Amino acid sequence: MIRAQGLVKKFGDFTAVDNIAFDVAKGEIFAFLGPNGAGKTTTIKMLTTLLTPSSGSIELDGLDPVTHQTAARRQFGIVFQDPSVDDELTAYENMDFHGVLYSVPRKLRQERIERLLKMFELWDRRQDPVKQFSGGMRRRLEIARSLLHTPKIIFLDEPTLGLDPQTRNQLWTHVKKLNQEEQVTVFLTTHYMEEAERIAHRIAIIDHGKIIAQGTPEELKTQTATDSLEQAFLALTGNTIREEEASGLDQMRSMSRAFGRRKQR
Amino acid sequence: MNVIYILWLRQLKRSARARARIIASFGQPLLFLLAFGFGFGSMFQRAGQGNYIQFLAPGVIIMSVLFTSIFSGIEVIWDRQFGFLKETLVAPVPRLLIMIGRTLGGATVSLLQGIVVFGICLAVGFRTSSLSLLPLALAFMILTALLFTGVGTALGCLLPDFQGFQLVMNFLVMPIFFLSGALFPLTNVPRALSIIASLDPLSYSVDGLRYALIGATHFGVPLDLAVLAVVTAAVLTLGGYVFSKIQI
Repeated sequence: MIRAQGLVKKFGDFTAVDNIAFDVAKGEIFAFLGPNGAGKTTTIKMLTTLLTPSSGSIELDGLDPVTHQTAARRQFGIVFQDPSVDDELTAYENMDFHGVLYSVPRKLRQERIERLLKMFELWDRRQDPVKQFSGGMRRRLEIARSLLHTPKIIFLDEPTLGLDPQTRNQLWTHVKKLNQEEQVTVFLTTHYMEEAERIAHRIAIIDHGKIIAQGTPEELKTQTATDSLEQAFLALTGNTIREEEASGLDQMRSMSRAFGRRKQR
Repeated sequence: MNVIYILWLRQLKRSARARARIIASFGQPLLFLLAFGFGFGSMFQRAGQGNYIQFLAPGVIIMSVLFTSIFSGIEVIWDRQFGFLKETLVAPVPRLLIMIGRTLGGATVSLLQGIVVFGICLAVGFRTSSLSLLPLALAFMILTALLFTGVGTALGCLLPDFQGFQLVMNFLVMPIFFLSGALFPLTNVPRALSIIASLDPLSYSVDGLRYALIGATHFGVPLDLAVLAVVTAAVLTLGGYVFSKIQI
């Protein structure tokens, strides 16, 4: 369903993703793990047409996102690492907007929005602007939204970051259910190893832009002679803490408060 | 078509819900009308130029269109920083349509803003010389709105974050406004200023609107329309191009 071969992304002299290859089967839950700055998000951006690879090839359900951008975009839904809902719009409007962008016919759109918002327990709050939502509610809305056009693949880039255990638990339950019932292929990244261990069929560990291990959670544990994925992960990637360069985002957030234009979650 | 519509609608909804911004955006033109209009009024009259409010009102209307347009366009930065832009960029629609929808939405908002400021001008004593030219007035406001929403969008795509916004305001938007002849007649200004004003697209907006509302013109309406049409087309093309090149 998702295939990458010899994938490379360079930003100037810096190689963010260095010749990686992986293959995700239909209906599989694939976890992409790695320390901060390892290249996870860059890989997802390439898979989802937001960045063009420097070299190498990608296939999404047989389509090359570089040459068949629009067709490839129909195949997937994505939940980004950073929030990507419109705060000023209501939950329903955010869903509706998405449906129109993906040309889901009106009637079908209404039905699906209702079903998804109910499934993610947001139906009662559908008329409230998203700026009143908690972090967990926003996440649920984003996942609901990413499913609206019935994609074959969903990308979840650290979907549980900053959520409480209850919400995380519920979220993964939903993802698992979707995967089982609708055979949606899931490509996820997370920093919570126990989550990956619990939900993923297969895992790839990336560090400094290279995939350093790949296999089922069991295989990775056996390979490193450890008894939890967290230990296996540390054994593979070492104990050094990675510095990630801060984006302008933090500054932006304080600016936004000063302008009073948006509320932070 | 639906895509353009939903993006247009989003811009409108967002603006309608930003109440603080709506109130703030009426404060500025009102301040200009009161402080400049009444402050310089007697001086202007004594210099033999007639009623200053009559002269100033079209400039203030264009000013509010200018500021609202630039701001609507530059909102791309917010959308990029807060992630919503990504939602539109991974959607299976050409980016050009997204850019068109956004720009039309932003332009509509600033057009509405201009119309309300026109109402405020009437309320403080401004009188139009002929009603039959109101469609022409609207045309100038629409062109100005499109032009500067396009400028704002292009800048929003090029600026990495909001740090540059102040720079844009001080070194681009303010000069565009103050050197345009919105506040003073271009007839007797020094040659250098006259040349600068003739290079400023906003001069043609102000001049065109002034003709449509009070019958006075410096460049002549055909030139106003021609310059605005050409510059608007060029800016929208450029804006569409930089928007299509955004990488996140």
